[in-house]
Amino acid sequence: MIQSHERPGQNMTSPPTSTAQNGWTITSIRRALEARQISARDLTKEFYARIERENPRLNAFLALSPERAYAQADAIDATIARGEPLPPLAGVPTALKDVLSTRGTETTAGSKILKGYVPPYDATAIERLDRVGAIFLGKTNCDEFAMGSSNENSAFGPVRNPAAPDRVPGGSSGGSAAAVAAGLAVVALGTDTGGSIRQPGALCGVPAMMPTYGRVSRYGLIAFASSLDRIGPFARTVEDVARVMEVIAGRDPLDATSAGHPVPAYTAGLDAPVKGLRLGIPAEYFGEGLDSAVRKKVEAGIARLTDLGCIPSAIEMRHTAYAIPTYYLVATAEASSNLARFDGVRYGLRVPGATLGEMYRKTRGAGFGPEVKRRIMLGTYALSAGYYDAYYLKAQKVRALIKQDFDRAFQQVDLILTPTSPVPAFCLGERTADPLSMYLADIFTVTGSLAGVTAISVPCGKVCGTLPVGLQIIGPHFEEGRVLRLARAFEAAGGFEL
Amino acid sequence: MKIVRQDVLRVAELANLELTDAEIETYGAQLGSILSYCEKLNELDTTNVEPLAQVLEARASSLEAEPERAKTDPSEAQHLRDDVARDAGIIGEVIRGAPEAVDAHPPYFRVPRVIERGE
Repeated sequence: MIQSHERPGQNMTSPPTSTAQNGWTITSIRRALEARQISARDLTKEFYARIERENPRLNAFLALSPERAYAQADAIDATIARGEPLPPLAGVPTALKDVLSTRGTETTAGSKILKGYVPPYDATAIERLDRVGAIFLGKTNCDEFAMGSSNENSAFGPVRNPAAPDRVPGGSSGGSAAAVAAGLAVVALGTDTGGSIRQPGALCGVPAMMPTYGRVSRYGLIAFASSLDRIGPFARTVEDVARVMEVIAGRDPLDATSAGHPVPAYTAGLDAPVKGLRLGIPAEYFGEGLDSAVRKKVEAGIARLTDLGCIPSAIEMRHTAYAIPTYYLVATAEASSNLARFDGVRYGLRVPGATLGEMYRKTRGAGFGPEVKRRIMLGTYALSAGYYDAYYLKAQKVRALIKQDFDRAFQQVDLILTPTSPVPAFCLGERTADPLSMYLADIFTVTGSLAGVTAISVPCGKVCGTLPVGLQIIGPHFEEGRVLRLARAFEAAGGFEL
Repeated sequence: MKIVRQDVLRVAELANLELTDAEIETYGAQLGSILSYCEKLNELDTTNVEPLAQVLEARASSLEAEPERAKTDPSEAQHLRDDVARDAGIIGEVIRGAPEAVDAHPPYFRVPRVIERGE
């Protein structure tokens, strides 16, 4: 194993943290391949061996795709043998959340209703990673249809947090976060509808980015809430997050909402100075409900950025307290419509019935888990005759007010800093009895989801010895570059180990 | 917010979900408490607020006013793909994924007889 030298500011003599079991990054893999210190096939083998050892404990992967992974690895090795230049993500062991369609590999969205479904095509983000040399190890566990904040809603059992096995990894992309944190993959894709990339990133202690709405094509993503869903990366370094973003971002004719804005070379701007950046600190994110130890870490993170010459200032985002009900009405309404397609006709489970309608009802009753049914019921109710104006339309109006909070804030500041999650990883089973208490886990992330902005969660020290804390850096639409630049400066200044 | 059994059954019917008696009871109580929490939104006066369905909306409507800009600015062109059908070439694989696929030419999937559900 060679050591990574990719993280500036890192004290190379310090022992690795308990979860950081290997130091591979996209760049260190590339160098090792080019120097012929390792082959892509051997590297792939090494990661599968690690998965075999660790996955029974963590349950981060639902399905492995060794046939495809070794074919991808062999293609890279052949490129090296021919002496040709390597593509940007050559040989990078990658994990893919199971809500993303993968050609030839079972894709269940963490649900019994899709057990056995093998998509005949790749999601656009996945096709783009394939084209630049990534190695697809397999599919990661998640809350069923990405609905949850702890990964306990997966039909295939919860993921355990690598930092504390009796605790949740966060959700819904818990498997992707845990896989990267435990060194079972170098990068992973997740999806974020109300916090599902950022919150597990925070709870597992890895950088995790939600791109701007429309920045990454959603084609091939099994839809939860179409006006909120994003695809984004987990990695161990900010640079690797930026490298994946450069590949997956950009216009896709197969997603009408994907934006045509040019994709900047995010890595090229990473080390630009951050001095003078104006950072908004909204008081609404530091009040009731925020764990005091988490608060201290996040405040120390802000102080570290102030030392770098950034200028913090108090801002007001006065509709923050309304974001959770707004989000749960909007997201469930869209979900009730999107999930109508799972009816036993075209894919997955079918429970026989005497009529078409009976087959629908039986299949959906048997195939969906409790949280998915609950959200379909809530969304259907909010859209139903007589309640539409009071719930769904009202929520859309408050969504406009929440977006205006961000518009106004970004007239005064360049970026907004908040805790990613009000608490560190909670214990398995701690919040499952009360759906509302689980929904409140998303209190600091749903706002950015509703406003369509971009945000990253970066590690910001640990509390109670081992439990990671996340600092959320939020930027305006299509300002991923600015968000990544501050995240990188924070990482270089030792902010991850505060 | 009180959700009675009849409300749960009506919503389950709309959503095509078969629920057990235990589920009907649980969801009734839980939907009631979630909807009560959602009534917090009524604290806000939204009389003059335009609803926001999704964040790209503003751009879409501005395009209708400026079709020429939409053609020349790639970042604004996302709503304007020509509506042309395209053969993805995977129809056989798609149909084979169905629970009851029939491998004919062309292939198709089978469903139970369609009977209108009574009200």
